[in-house]
Amino acid sequence: MPYEIHTAPGEEPPDEPQAPTGDHGWPLWEVFVRQKRGLAHIHAGSLHAPDPETALQSARDVYTRRLEGVSIWVVPSSTIVASDPDDAAELFEPAADKAYRHPTFYDIPDEVGHM
Amino acid sequence: MGSEAFEALLDADDKIEPKDWMPDGYRQTLIRQIAQHAHSEIIGMQPEGNWITRAPTLKRKTILMAKVQDEAGHGLYLYSAAETLGVSRHELVGLLHGGRQKYSSIFNYPTLTWGDIGAIGWLVDGAAITNQLMLARCSYGPYARAMVRICKEESFHQRQGYEIMLALANGSDAQQAMAQDSLNRWWWPSLMMFGPHDSESTHSEQSTAWKIKRVSNDDLRQQFVDTTVPQAEFLGLSIPDPDLVWDKARGHYDFGPIDWEEFWTVVKGNGPMNRERIAHKTRAWEEGAWVRDAATAYAAKHRPDRLSA
Repeated sequence: MPYEIHTAPGEEPPDEPQAPTGDHGWPLWEVFVRQKRGLAHIHAGSLHAPDPETALQSARDVYTRRLEGVSIWVVPSSTIVASDPDDAAELFEPAADKAYRHPTFYDIPDEVGHM
Repeated sequence: MGSEAFEALLDADDKIEPKDWMPDGYRQTLIRQIAQHAHSEIIGMQPEGNWITRAPTLKRKTILMAKVQDEAGHGLYLYSAAETLGVSRHELVGLLHGGRQKYSSIFNYPTLTWGDIGAIGWLVDGAAITNQLMLARCSYGPYARAMVRICKEESFHQRQGYEIMLALANGSDAQQAMAQDSLNRWWWPSLMMFGPHDSESTHSEQSTAWKIKRVSNDDLRQQFVDTTVPQAEFLGLSIPDPDLVWDKARGHYDFGPIDWEEFWTVVKGNGPMNRERIAHKTRAWEEGAWVRDAATAYAAKHRPDRLSA
C-alpha cells in the first residue's frame, strides 16, 4: 500500500522522533536467506525478536512467504562489524591500479584458442 | 565523507547507504516518510481485515488473509528501513499511537461492501504501485530495496482486486451495481493519494533535489488515470467523472477537478474513520502486551545473555 503523507496548510508538521529513548524494545536481528541449494545466504532484511528461536520463526514469516528460501540465518545486529565508508578509499582503491590481477590484462594470440 | 561526497553520489545516481554522511534534513525527511509509509501499511490492514470473516468463498478468504499478512510484512520491511537511520521502531509506533505521525488518508475511508475489497486492490494498490515504483528508484538504498520487494508483492494485490471486480462486473445486476458503487466511492480518494497539485506541494522541491521523489504528484496521478481508465472500460464500469475525456493532442486523459476540501478534511483527522483506526490500533497494541511480556520473560529465563544484544 501507499505512502505519501500530507500536511494541511497551517497544520503542525508531524513530530520528528526525539533523541533515542533508550527503549528499543527487543533486540534487532539481521536475516540472511539461502534462495536455493548451491547459493550463498544473502541479506534479506532485519527484524526484532526476544530470542533466536523467535527471530528465526519471524524471519520465516516475514521474509519467506513466497518460496524465497530453503534456509535462514539470523544474526544479532549488534554483533556485525562493518567497515567505515570514510575508509573506502584506502580499503578498496588500491586494487584499481592492479589490472594485472585480471585475466584480460594478458594478450594471448588467437591461434592459441580459448584460455 | 561530507556534503561533497553526498552530492557526488546523488549526481552519479548512486545510492546513499546507512553509514554514509547525509544532511540532517535528508535523514529527517526519510525517517518521517518511511515511518509514515510503514504506519500506512499497518493501518491498511484494518479496512481489509474487516472483510476476512465475511469473504464470499473460502478461496477469497485465504487470498484476503494472505494479502493482509503481506501488509504486515510491508510495514515491517519499512520500519526496518527507517531504523537504519537511527530511530527505533518502538519510538515510531509511539508517535503513531500518540497521533503525532500520520498514515495515508486513504485508510480513513470505510469498507462498506465486498466490492470495496476489489476496489481497494485494483485502485488503491494500483495507485500505490505507481508511487512505489518511483520510490524503488529513490536515492536511499534501504528504502529503495524495501520498495522493490514490496512492489513485487503488490502486483498480486492489484490483480486479485481486479479479479474481484471482474467477477462482480460479470455477475447479477446487484453485483454489477455493487462494483459500480465501489468504484464511485474509491475513485476520487485514489486520485487524492498522489497528493496536492505540484504547484501546492510543499516538500516536493527538496525531495526531488535529494532524489527521494523522482516524479511529480501530477505526473504520477496522470499516469495512474491513463492506465486505469481502460481497465474500467473493460469491466463495463463508468468512472464517476463527467469531465473525463481522452485528449488526443496531449495523449492523456483529461479529468475533472479534485475536491481538495475533502482531501484536507481527511488529512486533518476528520475523515470517516480516523479516530476508529487509531483507537483500534492502540487497543490491539495494549491487548497484545501480555504476549510481548511473556515472550520477553521466556527469552530472559532461557537466554539471559541474548537480551543484552
